[in-house]
Amino acid sequence: MTSIDVEVNGRRHRETVEPRLLLSDFLRHTLGLTGTHVGCEHGVCGACTVLLDGAAVRSCLLLAVQTDGARVQTVESLARGEELSPLQEAFHECHALQCGFCTPGILMAATDLLGRGRPDRAEIEDLLSGHLCRCTGYSPIVDAIARVAGADAGGAG
Amino acid sequence: MAAVKLTSVNVATHQEMWVGRAIPRFEDEALLRGEGRFMDDLAPVPHAGHAAILRSQLAHARVTRLDASRALEHPDVLGVLTGAEVVAMSRPFPVGVEGVRPYYSAAAEVARYAGEPLAVVVARDRYVAEDALELVEVDYEPLEPVLEPQHGEVVSDRTFSYGDPDGAFSQAALIVRERFTFPRWTCAPLECYGVVADWSHAGGSLTAWANFQGPFTLHSVAAGALGLPGAKLRLITPPDSGGSFGIKATVYVYVVLLGLASRKLGLPVRWTEDRLEHLAGSATATARETEVEAAFAPDGELLGLRYDIVDDVGAYLRAPEPATTYRMHGSLGGAYRVRNVVSRNRVVLTNRCPSGLNRGFGGPQLYLPLERTMAIAAKRLGLDPAELARRNLVGADEFPYRTPSGGLYDSGDYEAALDEALELSRYAERREEQQRARAEDRLFGIGLAVVVEPSISNMGYITLAQTAEERAQSLPKSGNAEGATILITPLGGITVRVGTTPQGQGHATVCAQVVADALGVRPADVEVLTSLDTSTSAWTVASGNYSSRFSGVGAGAVHLAAQKLAAKLRTIAAQELGVEPHEVELRESKAWAGEEAISLRRLAGLAHWNPDALPPGIEAGLMETAFYSAPNLGPPDEEDRVASSAAHGFIADVAVVEVDRETGAVTVLDYTTVHDAGRLLNPLLVDGQVRGGFAHGIGPALFERIEHDEDGNLLTGSFMDYLCPTAPDLPPLRIGHLETPSPFTALGAKGLGEGNTMSVPAAIANAVADALGIDHVELPLTPPRVWDLLQ
Amino acid sequence: MKPAPFRYERPETVDETVGLLAEHGDDAKVLAGGQSLVPLLNMRMARPAVLIDINHVFNLDNITDDGGGSRVGALVRQSAAHGVSPLVDCCLPYVGHFATRNRGTVGGSIAHADASAELPLALLVAGGSVVAASTRGRREIPADEFFVTHFTTRLEPDELVVEIRWPDTGPGVAFEELAQRRGDYALCMAAAFVRDGELRVGIGSVVDRPTLLEIDPERPGASAAEQVEPYGGLHASADYLRHLVEVLVDRAIAAAGRNAA
Repeated sequence: MTSIDVEVNGRRHRETVEPRLLLSDFLRHTLGLTGTHVGCEHGVCGACTVLLDGAAVRSCLLLAVQTDGARVQTVESLARGEELSPLQEAFHECHALQCGFCTPGILMAATDLLGRGRPDRAEIEDLLSGHLCRCTGYSPIVDAIARVAGADAGGAG
Repeated sequence: MAAVKLTSVNVATHQEMWVGRAIPRFEDEALLRGEGRFMDDLAPVPHAGHAAILRSQLAHARVTRLDASRALEHPDVLGVLTGAEVVAMSRPFPVGVEGVRPYYSAAAEVARYAGEPLAVVVARDRYVAEDALELVEVDYEPLEPVLEPQHGEVVSDRTFSYGDPDGAFSQAALIVRERFTFPRWTCAPLECYGVVADWSHAGGSLTAWANFQGPFTLHSVAAGALGLPGAKLRLITPPDSGGSFGIKATVYVYVVLLGLASRKLGLPVRWTEDRLEHLAGSATATARETEVEAAFAPDGELLGLRYDIVDDVGAYLRAPEPATTYRMHGSLGGAYRVRNVVSRNRVVLTNRCPSGLNRGFGGPQLYLPLERTMAIAAKRLGLDPAELARRNLVGADEFPYRTPSGGLYDSGDYEAALDEALELSRYAERREEQQRARAEDRLFGIGLAVVVEPSISNMGYITLAQTAEERAQSLPKSGNAEGATILITPLGGITVRVGTTPQGQGHATVCAQVVADALGVRPADVEVLTSLDTSTSAWTVASGNYSSRFSGVGAGAVHLAAQKLAAKLRTIAAQELGVEPHEVELRESKAWAGEEAISLRRLAGLAHWNPDALPPGIEAGLMETAFYSAPNLGPPDEEDRVASSAAHGFIADVAVVEVDRETGAVTVLDYTTVHDAGRLLNPLLVDGQVRGGFAHGIGPALFERIEHDEDGNLLTGSFMDYLCPTAPDLPPLRIGHLETPSPFTALGAKGLGEGNTMSVPAAIANAVADALGIDHVELPLTPPRVWDLLQ
Repeated sequence: MKPAPFRYERPETVDETVGLLAEHGDDAKVLAGGQSLVPLLNMRMARPAVLIDINHVFNLDNITDDGGGSRVGALVRQSAAHGVSPLVDCCLPYVGHFATRNRGTVGGSIAHADASAELPLALLVAGGSVVAASTRGRREIPADEFFVTHFTTRLEPDELVVEIRWPDTGPGVAFEELAQRRGDYALCMAAAFVRDGELRVGIGSVVDRPTLLEIDPERPGASAAEQVEPYGGLHASADYLRHLVEVLVDRAIAAAGRNAA
């Protein structure tokens, strides 16, 4: 067992974990942050994506011990109290989620992308190539992210 | 079989309706905040052991030894349940065909597909449970696997004949004969299965929480396997489910398996399926081989159809199979006016994962052969495919239209929808573009598909797997009913509970819209509980989420319950306002008589706090349950005719593709789909369903196929090999709508979530065949496969 | 899908790391970005006794200019590798996805030596090399010696990749691939490098390692295809893959020529 000291969603956690514990399981089952979802555990589906020191990463491909000293943000950090973030709001308005299982990972990846500039639709689609969604057909998700980016949300295709 | 038309569509006309408006969903906020409550998020009972499942490594093998003693020595292992114990403790799952090989939730002596459960190990956590799986010693004696359907054991073989097929074929000017394979694929929701099972020895009962999409008939099937009277199996679904598209109907198998583990070990057991397990052992669509013959008159009239169908359901015939084979039985001629149809339906077993519900369910398997055959016929007749379709579509003046196999098409204007699709896709211009492209030696193709999308399945259609004489031995099965309950609290709060077990479709929002219209409130005033509990919810054997039945019977039940409650509120208010009940109007959370009004909150208070003051004959409280049963769904008749579904939408699709001659890569340049799904309850959600159904159609058309090697090992066992399309892989989609209300559903709505999954593989196949100028194409049309076709 | 138990080590220096590798050898696995290794751990297809996490090793994430080329520390993330070499820029869009590039490293991809991975082919065609360290010292291994076969390199069990050297290629490079979906491992890929009449072409995915090919300038693609014996697989036949070699080599050479101009 290894002790780790990690900041998750602005809150510091000191926990003792087995080295093999995946970050996704640590977040969900040790900290109870069940908003991060597990869809494949081999890095393809993207549902478990969180921010590690600001960068979108797969939490199923990280060990909890690797976050020692790091800062992690999950979907639970996005809203500001009663207010949804503009990205969450856009997902709602564009009907960019149905079952909502893939949504947290996409929100976190999009948060990283949007923090780097104003992606166009092609860049947004490229981002989404790393996320599986089986409900929406993706175009409403592209619309929602494009809306926040201020990019052209028309031509929804 | 005369059609019953409903005339009781009771819609308010004096105020703006909520139904029909594109309002965003009430479900969204919790999901966006990470506050969704999915199965693996819940701990409904404390101290559950964590299960991992030992699965067969081989597709077909005798299990000569299974020794769990080393696993049991592990200090953190709580116990093991073996396949032999499963067989001893339970009964085979009941199924609709007699005499098939018994199917249990785990195998004891012979494993029949790679991934079949052999034992369950329960430990303190999942990590340890997986460690312990490696300590269970299994010896196999390999047996020859059967992988090709033509070599599979035939468990059902029936031939159906309607009209005079031989006569039709003898008059034909053109007969098209083709063979088609619809590949095995799977909808692969993002959330896998999850179960928490808690056996009570005191009660002799099992409570199971599972992201099941029933109860449907499968609650009874599971109870039968467990040997429990129905009330002793309590199934509860979580508030949220991470997609299903049919596949989670099969969670029932694991409810039984984990229930038995809980029973044996004397502790609650939880299991969350991982992706490798899901792809290997959950369920898949039925793979189908079809031989079609179609007879045409010189002018293109489709005179007759002959199908020879072989459905590969995998290692076991598992309930509700062979439903895939019969789901479309009333629609064997699709959208066409053909009167002479023969179908030989064989169901065979192979050493692959058993099949189950999967979006489209029988539709993609029917329409690929039918629509490809029509395209081939058009080519041979020298007709444009759109023109051939037009000459054969059921006419707008023919509804309700009885198909030769007993289907009853409720309403529609197929030709108008086709015209809309041709217009929206700029079909004529695209054909000109195709001429130019061909002149430049480019491979440019256009494909059509016109399909009827049945929804709200008749619970009786599956009995077609039996002969009329066999059916006569048991009680008739028919219909499709759903229940809903609405409660108004003492403070006037409104809570709705439905048994439709949504997995992302937005049922709660639509229910709120329906109730808002009936009770004169805002949708935001209505709380909707979609978590099903078989001990407390209003449900029937048909309840659940399949056959696109929500907008028809689910919303219908809510509508009826709300009408009952509205009638009661009017009666109470009428007394208070001194008018007749029919003079009372419910709007703005008040009951109005002219200018005078009384608030809903006061009416609720009266019903709860002051029953003495209620009008004579009015019960205290404000809670109503109603069941809506779709009409015209009788049991199959003696001639094997059945109205297999209550409502029938129509879809006309146009796909435009270009194929890269060098690489075989298919680019879908444009895709147009026009739907007539009756009255649209929430257009925003409608388009969401259309886009999702489209993506699930693109999957098997271009990317997805479950593959095994010659030994039956799964080659597509991870998301690296099973290729679900991603955002850049999906072409642009143009959507159009017509609204011809259904006379057979309470709100005039028809199902629409599966139609594009039915139509897209056919339309894409037609477009690629058109581009390549060939007749035979095989799905999915991956670059290597298309390149091979070009050689 | 949970990893089997392992001992976890988190060295902070290269010396400490190579000491651990010397001690554990084949029983140890180095964890860099983990985008290939952790799936294997989760599936229990890799089960090292010791996992050596090098993410905290000091000074392994530098990019230094090397006379027009770059020296890229083993821990430089793929997302940070833009600009280290024109060939890296060409191939990065094909490497995994946004989130995996944030974590995956250039060095890790090269050390993993998946025959279907883009960065090893890029390094080979760029004429780069790998710097490996062990308790015995450092050595530089040219890329055309480094890749042996699928998942196998010239690295000794006690060696750590510390740096990837990308020589100056100039702009005359191109990378072409065909994958079933964006970000998938390629069915086939080809890279080309032209400068001053010199042409270097390599292909990947279709054979067991990234491979340089002799090109007949009269019939470049066809001559390339004649030299490969692809093994067909789940998704594609050998004939198709050989054909793709021809198509993609032609496309890559043409694009490299355009980029050089």
